[in-house]
Amino acid sequence: MPLVTIDDIPVEVPEGTTILEAARMIGGDIVPPAMCFHSKLKTSGGYCRTCIVKVEQGSAKDPRPIPKPVASCRTTVMDGMVVRNITSPENLEARAGVVELLLINHPLDCPVCDQAGECHLQDLGYEHGKEATRYEFARREFEPTDIGEHIKLHMNRCILCYRCVKVADQITDGRCHGVINRGEVAEISTYIEKAIDNDFSGNVIDVCPVGALTDKTFRFKSRVWFTKPVDAHRNCAKCCGKVRLWYQGEEVLRVTARKDQWGEVEDNTDGTTAWICNECRFDKKNTTDWTIEGPSKIDRHSVISANHYETSLRNIKADTLKMMGSVPHGVKVELGTGALDPNNLHK
Amino acid sequence: MSKKLLLKNDHIPNIHQLAVYRAHGGYAVLENTLKNSNPDHVLEEVKKSGLRGRGGAGFPTGLKWSFLARPEGVSRYLVCNADESEPGTFKDRYLMERIPHLLIEGMILSSFALGAKTSYIYIRGEYFYVARILEAAIAEAYAAGLLGKNILGSGFDHDCYVQVGAGAYICGEETALLESLEGKRGNPRIKPPFPAVAGLYGCPTVVNNVETIAAVVLILELGGDEYAKIGIGKSTGTKLISASGHINNPGVYEIELGVPVEEFIYSEQYCGGIRGGRKLKAVVAGGSSVPILPAELILKTANGEPRLMSYESLGDGGFATGTMLGSGGFIVMDEDTSIVKNLYTFARFYHHESCGQCSPCREGTGWMEKILHKILEGHGTMQDIDLLWDIQSKIEGKTICPLGEAAAWPVAAAIRHFRSEFESYVQNPENIKDIKHYYRLQN
Ligand SMILES: Cc1cc2nc3c(=O)[nH]c(=O)nc-3n(C[C@H](O)[C@H](O)[C@H](O)COP(=O)(O)O)c2cc1C
Ligand code: SF4
Ligand code: SF4
Ligand code: SF4
Ligand code: FES
Repeated sequence: MPLVTIDDIPVEVPEGTTILEAARMIGGDIVPPAMCFHSKLKTSGGYCRTCIVKVEQGSAKDPRPIPKPVASCRTTVMDGMVVRNITSPENLEARAGVVELLLINHPLDCPVCDQAGECHLQDLGYEHGKEATRYEFARREFEPTDIGEHIKLHMNRCILCYRCVKVADQITDGRCHGVINRGEVAEISTYIEKAIDNDFSGNVIDVCPVGALTDKTFRFKSRVWFTKPVDAHRNCAKCCGKVRLWYQGEEVLRVTARKDQWGEVEDNTDGTTAWICNECRFDKKNTTDWTIEGPSKIDRHSVISANHYETSLRNIKADTLKMMGSVPHGVKVELGTGALDPNNLHK
Repeated sequence: MSKKLLLKNDHIPNIHQLAVYRAHGGYAVLENTLKNSNPDHVLEEVKKSGLRGRGGAGFPTGLKWSFLARPEGVSRYLVCNADESEPGTFKDRYLMERIPHLLIEGMILSSFALGAKTSYIYIRGEYFYVARILEAAIAEAYAAGLLGKNILGSGFDHDCYVQVGAGAYICGEETALLESLEGKRGNPRIKPPFPAVAGLYGCPTVVNNVETIAAVVLILELGGDEYAKIGIGKSTGTKLISASGHINNPGVYEIELGVPVEEFIYSEQYCGGIRGGRKLKAVVAGGSSVPILPAELILKTANGEPRLMSYESLGDGGFATGTMLGSGGFIVMDEDTSIVKNLYTFARFYHHESCGQCSPCREGTGWMEKILHKILEGHGTMQDIDLLWDIQSKIEGKTICPLGEAAAWPVAAAIRHFRSEFESYVQNPENIKDIKHYYRLQN
């Protein structure tokens, strides 16, 4: 098995493992942020460039460094490879550059965005970005459109990660969803406004890392951190029927697939991916439709985890709270640390 | 150092017709090779010739061919890259328009070497009329038994098709080209795998430039060793140069690699000097994506040696004081040229042509264009110049395909060598009106 060293931490991984996967095996701060890679979608990754790392030594056999940063999600490790992520200031600077570029045309209208609180771009911005943008020009704009009955597309917020395109390609049949136009004006589209009409189309919502594809049945009902995630299942003829219900009081506000700590849809015990069908997602909104398993274990650190199941305030993104206007008046929050440590709260 | 190989029969009327082409020795190399030689021998000759890809990167062709995977029972393809969309480059068009059979003969010979039963010429949409010329030539070749089953009784079967693109620079990037050829959106693929292993329809594929493939005919005619004697050092053979800009004789020239840049610009045989007797200001030597060099650095290297038209000499000094031969798009600018305006034109091009797949290029190309426009409008600040520099550095090396670099390098080079000109736009906005008038800028 190849031995790779990431930020001075050695790990032995199976042949064919990518640098990103190897880093995830180590865990912690050295894991590069990934916006477009999704472990359950073939050929995903490589687009956003946020997961770039520096390869200081290519392999034991050929120790030369790789001259350019590589996308860790699409680069397989070699035995003896030495990788630097957070221990390379140069790499962090390069990543901050990617983040800035990803954000120059992004509306950052988190206060009115349903994704806020579980948005990978928010996390990315706070953890890897700079305080302010140097972009001074008008941002590109698209009109929001409907993708079918239940899905809203806010192209302004899309980061063109191609995950939804891969879902359409790999999970649904008869794809009519893809990218039209090119460059800066490229956009996600169901060709000629043809709505996706497929039992599994709703999964595009779960893979979208930002608030570009959202669930119309949930739109503006609640901020996610006021809802309580509960795992549940039902006997479904179309899908695995294993879902996450998001409660507010007694009411099920939305149904999603179950996601792991990387925000990616989990696997079933038989190794298939726990994609869910549109019926489970959009039509089964009563507790009586489901067998409740219990509160979801959320180990992805973001605001959703703060409200109910994680006691530590450390996991709250201070800046997020501040942006949401939820920091109590008069509370001073240390910015830039990325975490709202109780010690940082000064009355 | 005049040496004509590719264009040696260029002056012959109707050389685009099969009969005329054959009357001047055309297809003799193919006939001889199919009769008396074998694929390995062709590959050996190409290796010996030292031929380097003429599409821009200058990768040794023989080496590229030897990387082609050859699994049993899997088709292999040769694809000719005739997308030629790099601003300042128009040599492939000239070659295909004038001597289409040279390319077709090269396609058959190269396919023979590679064991490809099918080949494609992918040509940019704007060259539709050239595609017709090629199709007519292919039809003639089929009728004469030079294409199709059992070519010239050799037992070698080969089909060659022309595919017209829809007009996108990015489809010149070899993997975007393959996607487009497969009927998909022309997005570059994420490598690996490389085309040599999984190219067209997932099969091993070689992608070569028009001029590279045409040169194979000449290599087999002369022999690899003889071909390697032409040129200088590792820059063997001849190269087509598309010369444009403020010169007296713009056009396509075949040069023996190693001609001094000064001779190329000033001799009557080539560019014939600067138009109106003005002074040379700068040259973009290898198509819009290579770094621009000021007159003093294009004529002489930083060490004071004469700069030559070769891969090595143009590259001397790295990007600090050198550039690249690239695709051979030689754009000459006289003393009245505005480097900032020129850069804006390039930046606009790359912004327009980015496929939008990866964030740095999709977002950064537009940003750079906007800042350059702001500077040209007279609203620029000194910080904008530094910002431009920073943005290009954030794009370079962080993208899926080299279009990111192609967009970043011109910006870096213009600032590196002509910073004062940017500063004067910032400091003297009142002068800009006149400049705009002079260059008939629209906005
Ligand atoms: C954005 C971009 C555009 C390109 N356009 C062309 C082109 O029009 N013609 C070409 O031959 N090569 C072009 N290339 C280079 C090709 O990717 C490839 O390297 C070349 O076709 C290989 O042929 P060669 O080895 O014969 O040079 C382009 C590359 C990039 C990144
Ligand atoms: S997508 Fe994320 S970063 Fe963008 S507005 Fe929505 S919550 Fe904010
Ligand atoms: S809509 Fe969402 S999932 Fe689809 S490409 Fe855009 S950001 Fe990615
Ligand atoms: S560098 Fe530009 S053209 Fe190349 S893949 Fe990325 S976005 Fe597309
Ligand atoms: S996650 Fe690797 S490039 Fe996007």
